[in-house]
Amino acid sequence: MPRRPVDARSPRDAAVVDPDHASASRRGFLAKVLAVACGGLATLPPVVAGLWTFLDPLRRQGSAATFLRVADLAAIPDDGVPRQFPVIADRVDAWTGFAAEPVGAVYLRREQGSRAVQALSATCPHAGCFIGFERAVDCFRCPCHNSSFTLDGGIVAPSPSPRPMDTLECRVGRNGQVEVKWQRFRAGVAEKVVQG
Amino acid sequence: MTPPRRGPLGRVADFLDDRTGYRALLHEALYERVPGGARWRYVWGSTLVFAFLTQVITGLFLWANYAPSAQTAWESVFFIQHEMAGGWLLRGIHHVMAQAMVVLLALHLLQVVIDGAYKAPREVNFWLGLVLMMLVLGMALTGYLLPWDQKGYWATIVATNLAGIVPVVGPSLQQLVIGGPEYGHHTLTRFFALHAGFLPATLVLFLVVHLAVFRRHGLHAKQPLTKPDGMFWPDQLLKDAVAMLAVMAVVLGVILVPAARAMLAGEAVHPGHLGAELGAPADPSQPYAAARPEWYFLFLFQFLKVFEGWGATGEFVGAILVPGLIMAAMALMPIVGGWRLGHRFNVAFTLAILAGVGLLTGLALREDYYALWVDRAALAEAETLHDQTGGDRVKLAAALGGDRAKATAIERQWKTLEKVRRSQAFLDAVKLAKADAARAVELAGRPERIPPAGMLAVVRGDPLMQGPRLFAQHCAGCHAHVDPLAADAEAVIAASSAANLFAFGSADWIRGLLDPEQVAGPAYFGNTAHKDGEMVSFVRDDLTDEATWPRADIDAVVAALAAEAGRPVPPEIAGLVERGRELVAADDRCGGCHRFRDNGAELSGEPDLTGWGGREWLVGIIADPAHERFYGHANDRMPRFGVAAEGELPQLTREQIEILADWLRGAWYRPSQR
Ligand code: FES
Repeated sequence: MPRRPVDARSPRDAAVVDPDHASASRRGFLAKVLAVACGGLATLPPVVAGLWTFLDPLRRQGSAATFLRVADLAAIPDDGVPRQFPVIADRVDAWTGFAAEPVGAVYLRREQGSRAVQALSATCPHAGCFIGFERAVDCFRCPCHNSSFTLDGGIVAPSPSPRPMDTLECRVGRNGQVEVKWQRFRAGVAEKVVQG
Repeated sequence: MTPPRRGPLGRVADFLDDRTGYRALLHEALYERVPGGARWRYVWGSTLVFAFLTQVITGLFLWANYAPSAQTAWESVFFIQHEMAGGWLLRGIHHVMAQAMVVLLALHLLQVVIDGAYKAPREVNFWLGLVLMMLVLGMALTGYLLPWDQKGYWATIVATNLAGIVPVVGPSLQQLVIGGPEYGHHTLTRFFALHAGFLPATLVLFLVVHLAVFRRHGLHAKQPLTKPDGMFWPDQLLKDAVAMLAVMAVVLGVILVPAARAMLAGEAVHPGHLGAELGAPADPSQPYAAARPEWYFLFLFQFLKVFEGWGATGEFVGAILVPGLIMAAMALMPIVGGWRLGHRFNVAFTLAILAGVGLLTGLALREDYYALWVDRAALAEAETLHDQTGGDRVKLAAALGGDRAKATAIERQWKTLEKVRRSQAFLDAVKLAKADAARAVELAGRPERIPPAGMLAVVRGDPLMQGPRLFAQHCAGCHAHVDPLAADAEAVIAASSAANLFAFGSADWIRGLLDPEQVAGPAYFGNTAHKDGEMVSFVRDDLTDEATWPRADIDAVVAALAAEAGRPVPPEIAGLVERGRELVAADDRCGGCHRFRDNGAELSGEPDLTGWGGREWLVGIIADPAHERFYGHANDRMPRFGVAAEGELPQLTREQIEILADWLRGAWYRPSQR
């Protein structure tokens, strides 16, 4: 039968390795701590570097909200019915720059005889789907979970959406260009909080 | 005992075993006792391992051809699916096996719970199993985005927005997974890293521990044991292997059945259309009303609708709290199972959850496909009443003369009608999505291939895809665009207030214009300011005079104008083009009012017929119908789409107008028939 291998971890063998048992276990403890510390320290840099980069998006902000020209007053019939317009803006996606790209859509409407334009974001405040406008029943409807909204974006109860459609700041220039402050808002919360 | 004499192969094996101890390892791995003998009910775990292995193999090969970025993801998946030999099969297996894996997971879980295999001492292994389940679902979720098509894109928007409502960490978590404030390159790279790196690596880790712990406790044998003990190898493994083969057969079946069906119907089979779908490229500015998650997440999707009227709480409860509580309750099963009746409770609970999932999935499907089995004709009366009263109850009561019973019945039908409308909207959206997807694939296969800016740029400039959308938005308020032979054509045309532009410029369209019966009808000038204009009286009075305008002359004008528009000239009148041009130019014929080439006619409210209906002409009239070349001062109500004062935006950009013009002319890319 082969001899049982010596195992420094067992107290019986510790005595074999070193007759001075107490100091051996002290030294053994120190060695363990050091081994774990060295190993841990060696592994730390790659993990830190990885996480550092991984967390980078947290410090990235969306482009600051600016007024963008989306339409001409003449293009919005004054019948109170919303019309959908694409929002065209320069956009940066990480390393790619896009010039004048459609980045989303807004609904614009105005009442009869009025120059004031109401702008509603087409992004559903529930979970972000693209809200459609249904002419047949004169209301907005989200294709995802059936949230419905009135012509001016108000909630049609009962609705899964926690808040009305998001209105966007909108101004009409002297020569009729309609500008909208393009912003995104956090989905799924009752308050309208700007995102990014 | 002396070992038998060995050949060279045996000696090599001995050498290796001496150095590595592989025989002991192999023995350890294969010679596991199976109490009560091998059984079919034990195969689920193995089929799952097999499914995972399939995903690893197909996934690695997909990886070898996939390029995650917003301009290359769809493009590379298109290439795999439609151009690379066997790509459709590779992607098909990966896609269908992912779904099979979810089903197998549910079966494995069910079997473990029913057999009580989660109880002591196997609690830890049950928990490991739950972690594995979450990892698999995570891979399913992240994989859905990778083709970067509309379907995956919009589903991911919903999923990540839901992650954003997790208290405290939600918004940061959302920003981290999508890789910034907006969806783009880094959403793809991160989802891909999760899908093919982090999640499977973690899964392998857990799987190894799961299997090790499983071996430690041995197989949980279902009592009573009716047969003598068996061995894992080969008894159980044979059954496992047969089950794996069956799973693979089902997966291949799902991929190939449509091919078999097409073949039986005598149609051509396009391998690119088999297996996994590929939608149109993701476009944040294009509505996608067919947005749905993969079928195994439909229950969660439907669950969100349950909380109508709960506001933000509802979304939190539906998307985070309830699923979280259910997972927690499942994690507690091993502890509950130790109580009296605990096991029964666990089984009932699991079955209830599965039933709930089934029910919600059923409800979601029912809602979406409702219109398919409801007879809309039976709702016709309710529909008319709805249109008349605008859905107002008081008006309805009045309309029915106070017939209460009828009013209640109609109101009930209105509810049904509403559901039918919703469902129909979804079905239409699915149809549109399919058409868009097919078109995108067709365009990607053009001989000039995909430009570096990616497929989205091509799709956005395609007249066939964007023309109808632009038309609906900017032109359909006045103009109809409907085939006069279509079923609903008459109503659509009657409701329009300008000419029907279907096949504008074609010989048929011109014939209609020159037809005294039609020229003042709603399809031409009937609903416009020109309805009593000179053109109408010319067609009615002059053209009907056979002495000046014999049939052949009218044919000649039709031929000349169709040629001008670049439309095909019908062969029977093809020889009349030259004669037609003379007539169009002649100052006692069309040229009396219209300018044509150098006939010298004055431009005063009658469109120039030079290049009439051609691309340049159409672009011009859409951009500025009030230009003297077109209607000038006589322009009816048509907006000047391409004209804007200094510093203003025109209603349509140059490209948009060109897209409209090309669409109206029917000029878009068509693949040559091979
Ligand atoms: S995303 Fe609009 S209802 Fe859910």
